[in-house]
Amino acid sequence: MKLHNISLGNIQRRKGKMLFLVLGLVMGISTVVTLVSITESMTWNIEQRLNQFGANIVMVPKSDRLSLHYGGINVGGVNYQVREFDQKKLSDIRTIKNHKNLSIIAPKVLGPVTVKNKTVLLMGVVFEQELALKTWWHKSAGRFPERENDVMLGSRAAALLGYKVGDTIRLSDRAFNIAAILRPTGASEDDAIMVSLIAGQTVLGKEGKLSMVEISAFCQGCPISEMTLQIAEKFPHAKVTAMKQAVMSKMQSIEMFKSFSLGVSILVILIGSLLVMVTMMGSVNERTREIGIFRAIGFRRGHVMQIILLEALLLGIIGGIMGFVTGNLMACSLIPMVIKDGVFAGINSTLGIVSLFMAVALSLLASLYPAVKASNMDPSEALRAL
Amino acid sequence: MTQANHLIEVHGLNKAYLNGDTRVEAIKQMDFFIDDEEFITLMGPSGSGKSTLLSILGGLNHPNQGKVFIDSLDLYALTAEQRADFRSEYIGFVFQSFQLIPYLTVLENVTLPMAVTGQKKKVKTQMAMTVIDRVGLGTKALRLPDQLSGGEQERVAIARAIVNKPPLILADEPTGNLDSKTAKDIMILLQSLNTDGHTVVVVTHNADMEAYASRCIRVQDGKCFV
Repeated sequence: MKLHNISLGNIQRRKGKMLFLVLGLVMGISTVVTLVSITESMTWNIEQRLNQFGANIVMVPKSDRLSLHYGGINVGGVNYQVREFDQKKLSDIRTIKNHKNLSIIAPKVLGPVTVKNKTVLLMGVVFEQELALKTWWHKSAGRFPERENDVMLGSRAAALLGYKVGDTIRLSDRAFNIAAILRPTGASEDDAIMVSLIAGQTVLGKEGKLSMVEISAFCQGCPISEMTLQIAEKFPHAKVTAMKQAVMSKMQSIEMFKSFSLGVSILVILIGSLLVMVTMMGSVNERTREIGIFRAIGFRRGHVMQIILLEALLLGIIGGIMGFVTGNLMACSLIPMVIKDGVFAGINSTLGIVSLFMAVALSLLASLYPAVKASNMDPSEALRAL
Repeated sequence: MTQANHLIEVHGLNKAYLNGDTRVEAIKQMDFFIDDEEFITLMGPSGSGKSTLLSILGGLNHPNQGKVFIDSLDLYALTAEQRADFRSEYIGFVFQSFQLIPYLTVLENVTLPMAVTGQKKKVKTQMAMTVIDRVGLGTKALRLPDQLSGGEQERVAIARAIVNKPPLILADEPTGNLDSKTAKDIMILLQSLNTDGHTVVVVTHNADMEAYASRCIRVQDGKCFV
C-alpha cells in the first residue's frame, strides 16, 4: 500500500465525479487546441495561397529616375532602355540569413524584339521556376517549352502577330518553334514572347545579364521586410521591394483571430479551472471521514495533500491527452467550415506537450486549495463525523 | 514527573467546546493513569465525555487545560505533525462503526497505516497478512469491506490498529454495532492482544464488557471515577 494506491482507488470509486472533472479539463484544453490549430491552419493555408499567388519580393536594378507607369499604363512614352545586373552574383541570394525561407527564385531578362514589323516584349525566363511561381499560367494550346529553341506566346501577342502552335518565329535571325500559347492572364505576359533565359540573353545581346528577379518566400516566422533588407545588403545596386500589402492584410486578420482565440482560451480555461476546483472541493468534503481516519492513523498533512494532488496529477494527464486529441479532431472538422477549401495544417507535437503541461498545471493549481483545506482539517472535527 | 510503570498519565485535564451558543464542558479536571499492559474500559453513558477523552488520549483533540503524558512524553507539547508521527508508531485506533475505506480490500485497509512508512511492499504485505491471519480473516484478505459481516469488519479494523505493533490500542465502542455473540468474540480478541503486551483502552457503555478488562474507569458528566 502506497499513497498512490489510495489516489487510484478513489478515482476508480468516484468514476462519475472524476469523469466530470476530466470533462472540465478536456473542455478547456480542447478549446485551446482547436483555436490554436485553426489559427495555425489559417496561417498555413494563407501562406500556401500567397505562394501560389506568386512573388512577394521583386529585385530590379536601382534607377535614379521616377516611374511613369501606373496600373499598366506608361505615360512616359516608349522606353526601351532596360538596366541589368550580373547573373553571376545571383547565387549570393542563397547566402542571406533567412535563406531557408526562400522558395522560388525566378530570374529574367527583358528587352524589345521586332517581329513582323511590330515591337514586342521578349522575356527570357527559366521556365521551370517561372511555371512554379505563376501557377495561374495555363496554355490554351501546345506544351510548355522544354527545348532551347521553344517559345511561348502571350494570348494577345499570338493574336496580333497571327501565330499558332507549331509555327516558326524568327527572333533576331534565329528560328524558334512556338510550343505553347498562354491563356489570357490580364497581365503583361499577354503581350510578350517568352523564351529560355539563355536564348533571351543571346537574342537581346545581354549574355550573363538579368533585368529582374522575382522571389517567392515562405513568410511564416520570417518578417518579409527583414528578408528584403538582407537581400538588399547582398545587392547594393539593386532595388529590392517587398510586395507585402497582401501578406500584411492577411496576417492582420490572423493576428485579430489570434487575439480573439487567446481571449476565448483564457475564459474557457478559467471556467475549466473553476469546474475542477468545485469538483475537487466536493470530493474533499465527501471524504471528511476518510481524511479523519488517515490523520488518526498517522498520516501527516503533507501525506493528505499528496493524495489529493496525485489524483489531480493523474486526472490532469488524462484530461490533457484527451483534450489534445479532441481539440485536433474538432479543428479537423471545423477548418473546412472556417476556411474555404482549407486544409488541416497537421498535428503539432509542441502543442501536444504544452497541452499536457497546461492540463496538469491547471488541475494541480485548481486542486491546491481543496488539498490545503483537506490537509488542514482538524482530525477531531473530522472524526466527530464518524 | 511520571512514574515508570505508567504508560498514560492525565493531569488536570479540561475540555470544553461550543455547541451552537452553548459552552459544553466535556471533560472536567480529570486526573488518572493507566499502567503499561493494562486492559482498561472507559465506561459511561452517552454524552458523558468518554469519546472526547479517547480522542484526547490519541492526540487528536487538543485539551483546553491539563497534560497528557504517554510513555513520559508530553503529548500536546508536540507539534501537530510530530503527534501524527507519534500516532503512527505508538497508537492503534479502532473507531466506532469500523470506519474501513470502502474502495480498498481487507489487505489494503490493513496495510493503510504502513503507507507512510518506508518499508518495502513485501514486508508490508507479510506484516498485514500476519495480523489478518491473527484476527481469523486469512481467506478473505482480497475482499472489499462490504463483502464482510459486521464482526468481520470489526476484525479488519482491529487488524489495521495493530499492524504497526503499537504499544497502545484505543477502541471507541468496538462492539456497539455487533450482536452479543460477535461482541464477545471481539472482546476476547482484544483481551488476547492485551495478553500479547498491548495496552488496551476500550470506550463502552455496555457494562458486560467490564468483565474482560483488568480495570474500569467510569466517566460521568465529564468527570472520571477510578
